[in-house]
Amino acid sequence: MTDASLSGPDSTPLPQGKTSLLAQDSRTKRRNAAEKRFRFYGMAAVGVGVLFLVVLLVAIVRNGTPAFTQTFIELPVQLSQEKLDPDQTGDPEVIKKTSTFGYNGMIDQALLDLMAAHGLDSPFDKGADLRKMISASVPAQVRDYAIAHPDQIGQTVVFKVLASSRVDGYEKGRVTREALARDKNLDAEHLDLVDQMRDAGILKRSFNLDFILGTDASESRPEQAGIGASMVGSFFMMLVVLFLSLPIGVAASIYLEEFAPKNWITDVIEVNISNLAAVPSIVFGILGLAVFIQFAELPQSAPLVGGLVLTLMTLPTIIISTRASLKAVPPSIRDAALGVGASKMQSVFHHVLPLAMPGILTGTILGLAQALGETAPLLLIGMVGYIASNFPDGIAAGFLDPNSAMPAQIYEWAKRADPAYYERAWGGIIILLVFLLTMNFIAIILRRRFERRW
Amino acid sequence: MYDSPALENTVDTKDIKISANNVQVFYGETHAIKDVNVAIEDKTVTAFIGPSGCGKSTFLRCLNRMNDTIDICRVEGQILLDQEDIYDPRVDPVQLRAKVGMVFQKPNPFPKSIYDNVAYGPRIHGLAKNKADLDDIVERALRRGAIWNEVKDRLHAPGTGLSGGQQQRLCIARAVATEPEVLLMDEPCSALDPIATGQVEELIDELRTSYSVVIVTHSMQQAARVSQKTAFFHLGNLVEFGETSQIFTNPVDARTESYITGRIG
Amino acid sequence: MPATWIFLFVLALAVIGYVLGRRKAMASAGGDGRLMHSLPSYYGYNAALFVLVPALLVLGAWLVAQPMVIERSVQHMIPETAYETSGELSLIMSDVHRVASGLETAVTTGQITAPQLEAMQAGSTDVRGLLGSVGVAVGSDVDAVTLEAAKSYRARNATADTLRNIVVGLLALAGMALAVLRTDKDYRARNSVEKVVLALLILAASLAVLTTLGIVFSLLANTIQFFKLYPWTDFFFGTTWAPSFGGGSELGILPLFWGTFYISLIALAVAVPIGLFAAVYLSEYAPKSVRSFAKPLLEVLAGIPTIVYGLFALLTVGPMLLTAFGPDSVGWMSGGTAVMTAGLVMGIMLIPFVSSLSDDIINAVPQSMRDGSYGLGATKSETVKQVILPAALPGIVGAVLLAASRAIGETMIVVLGAGAAARLSMNPFEAMTTVTAKIVSQLTGDADFASPEALVAFALGMTLFVITLALNVFALWIVRKYREQYD
Repeated sequence: MTDASLSGPDSTPLPQGKTSLLAQDSRTKRRNAAEKRFRFYGMAAVGVGVLFLVVLLVAIVRNGTPAFTQTFIELPVQLSQEKLDPDQTGDPEVIKKTSTFGYNGMIDQALLDLMAAHGLDSPFDKGADLRKMISASVPAQVRDYAIAHPDQIGQTVVFKVLASSRVDGYEKGRVTREALARDKNLDAEHLDLVDQMRDAGILKRSFNLDFILGTDASESRPEQAGIGASMVGSFFMMLVVLFLSLPIGVAASIYLEEFAPKNWITDVIEVNISNLAAVPSIVFGILGLAVFIQFAELPQSAPLVGGLVLTLMTLPTIIISTRASLKAVPPSIRDAALGVGASKMQSVFHHVLPLAMPGILTGTILGLAQALGETAPLLLIGMVGYIASNFPDGIAAGFLDPNSAMPAQIYEWAKRADPAYYERAWGGIIILLVFLLTMNFIAIILRRRFERRW
Repeated sequence: MYDSPALENTVDTKDIKISANNVQVFYGETHAIKDVNVAIEDKTVTAFIGPSGCGKSTFLRCLNRMNDTIDICRVEGQILLDQEDIYDPRVDPVQLRAKVGMVFQKPNPFPKSIYDNVAYGPRIHGLAKNKADLDDIVERALRRGAIWNEVKDRLHAPGTGLSGGQQQRLCIARAVATEPEVLLMDEPCSALDPIATGQVEELIDELRTSYSVVIVTHSMQQAARVSQKTAFFHLGNLVEFGETSQIFTNPVDARTESYITGRIG
Repeated sequence: MPATWIFLFVLALAVIGYVLGRRKAMASAGGDGRLMHSLPSYYGYNAALFVLVPALLVLGAWLVAQPMVIERSVQHMIPETAYETSGELSLIMSDVHRVASGLETAVTTGQITAPQLEAMQAGSTDVRGLLGSVGVAVGSDVDAVTLEAAKSYRARNATADTLRNIVVGLLALAGMALAVLRTDKDYRARNSVEKVVLALLILAASLAVLTTLGIVFSLLANTIQFFKLYPWTDFFFGTTWAPSFGGGSELGILPLFWGTFYISLIALAVAVPIGLFAAVYLSEYAPKSVRSFAKPLLEVLAGIPTIVYGLFALLTVGPMLLTAFGPDSVGWMSGGTAVMTAGLVMGIMLIPFVSSLSDDIINAVPQSMRDGSYGLGATKSETVKQVILPAALPGIVGAVLLAASRAIGETMIVVLGAGAAARLSMNPFEAMTTVTAKIVSQLTGDADFASPEALVAFALGMTLFVITLALNVFALWIVRKYREQYD
C-alpha cells in the first residue's frame, strides 16, 4: 500500500477565539434537551397508542370470557306419567299436547325435592319461587326431551339446566346482593340458597358450547342466547361477497390496469373508485335500502342483500389491492408472452393473472375481513332487530331467509338493557375477532409463502 | 491535457486543519475505507478523486460525521479537527457540523424561501442577535455564494424555484452562513450544466481564501482546475496524495497513472 | 321456479353451442387444427357466448322490469278511495302479493283448477280457508278488490312468464344458429371471444361508476321527495331536531351538524397529535426492532371493527369517564354516553389511520432534505420541525382531512357512545347526536317510508355524502399533488 500520508498532528495550540469541540456550549445543551423532549413525545405517542390497544384488548377479554361459561344446575325431574301420557300410548303426538306451561308443576316439584334431597335450608315453600333461579327455557328443554324420548316417561331424568341470568351473574360477580334490592326477579335469599347449592355440588359453572353454536333468544333469557345463527348469517353473506367481489374486482382491475386507454372516461372511473373507498359505510346501507329493498324488492334482513351491500362496499378496496398486485408483475413477462405471438388477452390471463394471484387473494381476504366486521350498513337493511332464533334450513333459505350477522347480533345485544347481554356482546366480539385474526393470519401466510421479488 | 491547472501559484506551508489517522470504515460486513491517513490543510482546496464506489464520498462523510445517520456504519481510527478527535464521545455532532459544513451532490434547497434557507443555519445555531443582524448574515452569505445579485429582489420567493446552478450556489451560501471552518462538497457540480459548473468552480476558488475546502469529484478536469491538493482513492485505499500538479503530471503510483489516463474508471 | 328453468335451458344450449361450434370449425379445416385461424376451443366459446350473452341480458332486464310493470298496472286496479296514504296502499299491495302467491300454490298443488279460480268470487268462496289450507295465513277475509287484484296479478305474471320464456329461449336458439352458421376455419373466433371478454371487463370496471350513480340517484330521489314535504330552509337552518311520527316534526339539521362536528373535533384532537408524533417517532427515531413491532401493533387498532369500538365506548370508556367527571366527582357528566366518550374512542380508532398516512408522507420527503439539514448541524428534532414537517405539510393536511371525513361518516361509535339527544351545547360531557346516528334511528323504526320523518334520513345521507365526498376529493387531490412534487 502506498498510502501517501502527510505529517501527523502537530502540537500547535487552538487558534484564538475558537471553541473546543469537546465541551458543549450552553446553547447546544439546550438544543439537546429540546431534542430529548421531542424524542420523548414521540415515544409517549407510540406508548399511548399501544396502551389504548392493550386497554381495549383487556376490556374485551375480561368482559367477554365469562360468556363462554355458564352456570348449570343438575336437576332430576320426574316426567309425570299421568300428566303427560295418562293412557301410556307412548305416542309423541299425545305428549305434544302438553304445552311448556304444563311442565312447570313437575319442575317446581323437582326443585323442592332437590332442596330436600341435599338437605338445603331453603326459605321458600313454593316451587314457583325456586323456579326463579333457573332459566325460563327449562320447561321447553324438558318438553323437547319428553317428546324425543317417550319411553322415559314415568322415569326420573337428570337434566343439566341453565341457571337464570341473575344467578349466573351472581356466580360471575356481576350481580350483588345490594343490586338485587331493586330487582323483582330474585331476592337475596335466593343467593344464600345458591351458595348452599354450590357447596352441595349441584350448581356448577362450566363451558357453554351453546353460546358459540346456539341461537339468539328473546330479551328475557340472556342465559340462553348464542351467536351460532348469526354466524351462519355472516357466513352466507361472506359467500355472496366472495363470489361477487372477487371476479368483478379482478375483472375491473384487469381492465383498468391492462386494457384501459388513457382518456377521461378511465380517469372518471379511477377517481370514482378511490372516492368510493372513502364513502362512509352507512351511505352504502342507504343505497342497499333504496335499491335492493325498496326498488328491487328483495327480502329484508336477508344475507343475500347484506352480501350485495357489502360487495359494493368492499369492491373499491379489492380493486385497489388487485391493481397493486397486477402492477407488481414486471412488464417483461407481458412482453415475453406477446413476443411468442400470444394476444394481449392471452398474455394477461395465462401469465400476468396467475403471477398476481397470491397478492389478489391476500387483498381479497383482507377485504372480506373488513366486510365481516362491518355493521352500519346492516342496520339499514334490517339485519339488526331481527332475532335470529332459528338456523336457516337449506342453502336457499340461508341466502334468502331473514337472519342476523355477527356484528349486527353484537349490536343487538349491546342495545338490550340487561347487563347479562353485555357479557354476551363482549363474548361475541371475542368470536368475531378470532375470525378476523384467522383471516389476517391466512393473508400474512399467503403473502409470506408466495411473495415474489422481481 | 491536464497540464493547465487554473492556479499556478505555489502552495505555502499551511496549518493542518484536519488530519485522519488510520481511518477504517465498515458498512455492516463491508470494509469500505481501509487504513486512510491524510492531512487536509487550511485555506486549501483538496480534491478527492477516484472511480465510483472507491470510498471517496464515504470518507468525506466521515469528516463531519454524516455517517452517524446510517445505522450500520462504523468508523475506526482517529480524525482530528484542530487536534480534537471528532469521534470522541464528548463531541456533539451537531456542534461539529456547524464547524464542518457540507454541500451535496444534488442541490437540496429546503422548500422554504431563499431567505429562510440561508437563515436556517444561523437560526438553529443562534448566531444572530436580532433581525438586522440576521439580515446581514444572510446578505453576506449570499454574496459569498455569488448569488446575491441574482436573488436580492426575491429573497422571499421559494428556493426551489431557482435554476439548478442557482440552487447549488444557494446551498453553498446556506452552508457558509453558519461560518464553518471547513466546507465539504460531495460532487457539487454533477447535477449541473457546464455554465453553472463554471460558476460554482469559480466560487470554490474564492471560498479558498476563508475556508479549508474538500471536494469530491468524478471529473479529473475539475479536480485539476480547482484544487491544490489531490487524493486518489481506489477500492477503499488512499493510493496517492499530493500536490495536484504533481498527481496529474507525474504520479508516483501506477494505479493513479492508469486512472488519470483513463485505463481504470 | 320457471326463471331457473329457462336459465338452465340457456346454459344447456350454450354447452351444445360449444360442442357444435368446435366440431364445425374442425370439420371445415378437415380436422387439422393448424389450418384454423384460432384454437378450436375459441370456436366453441364463440358459439357459447352467442347463446349466453343476448339471452341472459334480456332475461336479466326482464326479471327487473316485469315486477315493476305488473305492480304499476295492478296498483291502478285498486280504487283510490280504498287508501289514503301511500303506506296504506303498500299494505294493500302486500296483501295482494300474499293472496296471489297463495292462489298460485293452490292451483299448482291441484286444490282448485284455473277455471275455478277465474270464477271465484270474494263473497261466495271461502278464500281465507283455501289460502289457509296451502299455508298462507290471511288476517281477515279477503275483500273483492284484493281478490280481483290478486287474480289479475297472478294471471299477468303467468302470461308474462310464458312470454319471457319464449323470447329468451328463441333468442338463445337464434344466437346458437347464427354462431354455428358463421363458423368456419377462417372465422376469427378468438378476436370475437376476446371482444366479448373485454366488454365484460369494461362492465365490471364501470360497476364502480354505477354504484356512485346508484348512491346519488337513490339519495337524490328521496331527498327531493323529502323537500316536497318539508321546506329545505327549515331543514338546513332549523335549530331544533324533534321528529314525531304523528306529524308536526321539526327536522333542523344544525344540532346534528354540531354534534358531528364536535365529536369529530375531539376525535381529531386525540388522533392527530398522537398519530403524528407516533409517525415521526417511528420513521425518524425508532430503531428497527421497535419499529417492526410497534407499527403492526398500532395497525391492529385499524383492523378492529367499529362495533367493537362502539361497545368499548358504551361499556368501558363511558362508565370510566362517568366515574371521573360524573355526579360523584365534579358533576360535569350525567350519563356515560357523551360527546367526550364518542370523541375519545373515535380518536383511538383514527390513530393508526393518521399515523400510517403520515408515515407514508414523511417517508416521501427525500433523504437529501434531511442530509441538507443535518449537514448544517441541525438536530433531529429541528430537522423534523423545521424541514420535514413543513415539507410534508400538504400531505399531512390531506391525511387529516381524510381522517376528518372518516370521523364524520363513522356510525357505530356514535350510535352506541354519543347518546340520542340532539342538542346545541358547548359542554363536551353532554350527550349529543350526529347525522349518521339519526340516519340509523330514522330508518330503523317502523316509520312509513313516505313520511317526512323517514325521508329526512335520505336528506341527511345526501348531506353526509356531499360533505365527505368533497373532503375526500380535496384531500386525495392534495395528497396526489404532494406526491407528484417528490416523484
